[in-house]
Amino acid sequence: MSNIEHINQTYMDMVRRKRLYGGIMLAVFVALMLAGFRTADSRNAGSFIDGWHRFFDFPGEVLGEAAGKLAEFPAHFAQYAPSLLETINIAAASTLLGALGAVILSLLATSGMARWPRLIPVFRRVLDIMRAVPEIVIALVLIFVLGGGPVPAMIAIAFHTVGALGKLFSEVNENASLKPVEGLTSVGASWAQRMVLGVIPQVAPNYLSYALLRFEINIRASAILGFVGAGGIGYELKNAMTWGKGQYDEAAAIFLMLFVTIVVVDQLSSTLRDRLTHGKKSNMIGAQA
Amino acid sequence: MSTAILTPAEATAGLIRDTDALFARKRIVALAIPALILAYFAYIFVAFDIAGLRERASLDNAMTLVSDSYSYKTHVARDNRSGEVSIAIEGERKGAYPDGTSPDWVTLGDDTVITLPKGHEVLFLADGTVRYDIPGYGLVTADPGRSGVNAVLPAGDVPDWINASKNRLAIKTEAGRLTITRNRTEVFRYAMGWELFFFTLDSPYHGLGPVTLAQRAANGEAGAIWSDFWNNRMWQHHQVAWAIFETILMAFLGTFGAAIVALPLALLAARNFAPFVWVRMVTRRVFDFFRGVDALIWTIVLARAFGPGPLTGALAILITDTGSFGKMFSETLENVDGKQIEGIRSTGAKPLQTYRFGVLPQITPIFLSQVLYYLESNTRSATIIGAITGGGIGLLLTQAMITQKDWEEVAYYITLIILMVMLMDWFSGWLRKRLIGGQESH
Repeated sequence: MSNIEHINQTYMDMVRRKRLYGGIMLAVFVALMLAGFRTADSRNAGSFIDGWHRFFDFPGEVLGEAAGKLAEFPAHFAQYAPSLLETINIAAASTLLGALGAVILSLLATSGMARWPRLIPVFRRVLDIMRAVPEIVIALVLIFVLGGGPVPAMIAIAFHTVGALGKLFSEVNENASLKPVEGLTSVGASWAQRMVLGVIPQVAPNYLSYALLRFEINIRASAILGFVGAGGIGYELKNAMTWGKGQYDEAAAIFLMLFVTIVVVDQLSSTLRDRLTHGKKSNMIGAQA
Repeated sequence: MSTAILTPAEATAGLIRDTDALFARKRIVALAIPALILAYFAYIFVAFDIAGLRERASLDNAMTLVSDSYSYKTHVARDNRSGEVSIAIEGERKGAYPDGTSPDWVTLGDDTVITLPKGHEVLFLADGTVRYDIPGYGLVTADPGRSGVNAVLPAGDVPDWINASKNRLAIKTEAGRLTITRNRTEVFRYAMGWELFFFTLDSPYHGLGPVTLAQRAANGEAGAIWSDFWNNRMWQHHQVAWAIFETILMAFLGTFGAAIVALPLALLAARNFAPFVWVRMVTRRVFDFFRGVDALIWTIVLARAFGPGPLTGALAILITDTGSFGKMFSETLENVDGKQIEGIRSTGAKPLQTYRFGVLPQITPIFLSQVLYYLESNTRSATIIGAITGGGIGLLLTQAMITQKDWEEVAYYITLIILMVMLMDWFSGWLRKRLIGGQESH
């Protein structure tokens, strides 16, 4: 009996200690959040208390003006369609370039598939560094060298995409079966042949799914980079914003175009990704039956 | 089975036919996809005017950028009217040598002697003339004044690294640079490294070695040494540290704030927790709206209400990620394993206890891992948002870019940003492992 009591006692002690730790961690977390919020608030130009009721002022102003000039919207849409296309093109081209780079680097960084197994850590670090570079850093430097326009944004986003996709791709590669690769090795296939014929067919759906997700993220990135001078709809938005009061109808039109684009791409890519990861299997079973 | 009627030969022929057809189809696809990608790149080549890039690109800018990011130059300048000689690193006031002091390669006096590397020497003579002895070429003299620079070059053709006109003489050699105009004579000497990174010239600790500094620090000067370093006017370590902190703060507040806001909302959006269908639909649309109105637009709207600063950035991340987290959390909640809940309920647990022991242990590791993943990515977003709205290291970076000459600072900030993001990546990974343990290993 005392044995059971002892066990019970120890268990309750452990539970109490765990709760205490959990409580302390929660308290530390809450304190950090509060202190962080106060610091951020004090270092901001306007404080939260003074500003929150002004939150809807600007959207209200924009919407109000837009409502009064609804008739001009189709013209605005037509005017900014080329910029929107440029933004989408930047995202698409950089996703493609980035994905191609990521495929190669991720294969070089996966054990069992690497061309030079000793260099695996090197390629991993390269991917880490590429992933850590925010797009804006490269974009700003390249704008200085290459001048404004879509090319700096494309290169900047592609660079980061190589790192981001490379990590995800190499995780996919690790789950791929090495048997086809071994089979191809035994018949004397070169490294490129082994990869293209042995690995890529296994991992292509997952690659595609991640690349689609990245495309969605890159559209947002390319709009933001436009805002700092790299062309596309972001650049137009910045210009429209500087005209100020009375001219916000163009900004509203751009907001709307951007919003619709992001939502549509989001929906499309999530449907496609769903098909790639779930639907594909049932299709294949259907084809075999 | 239809194959039973066929003879083996017929069956084989059929199989071969099918296989051939399959291969033909695959071959077309295998060729069509690269062809499509190529066609798209060709279109991009035209649409982005990549051919015209060569004209727009400025190779000079690139050269300045690269050389400036790892080297610096010291200007030795003489005002040709007053005869006053001033020496300043990068020609900036905050890098100026105090009057009467000079680096060891400049000898002040009636004649100023400037020794450049590789045997080059420039003399500012007391009578106002300038002499530059260039090894392997000859002596260049100039007497700048009202009538022009009056340059005298050695006989023969003028080499292309010398640019001489009536009012201006510019000589660019491997050892440095000399520019003479009517009013000003200026010599640049280049050196590797980042200038005055630790102490500026007005600090008594400038130029001391680490050993001497350690000794001085041990003798009670540690505070003064730290303050001179921390308040270095050239590199502003104090401000840079604050900027990095602000950026991390934005990411931290934004990410965890979004998680706190999204958690109750996600319950309303999950099929198995929400009481009413319409509540679920409305909450989901709200999430979609938050995500669809991109961080860029939220930043612009918020900057109008709160002005530039870290709070604006934090709120922009918070709002955007509330949408993302809400969507992910509600999907996780919908995939909760019902068996565990049933088990808890069968022991007679009340609803709250069922949630505490049946649902919470299942979802906490997934939520935490999602949130921590976003923490790293939001550090990058905070840098970008800071550049737009004006806060944190993003702001410093854009400011240094705008001057178009402080490329060593740009290089410094870029290094810091990359290190910061990698550190946050490592930290969130470490925290994930500590909090979740082995469950993340799959």
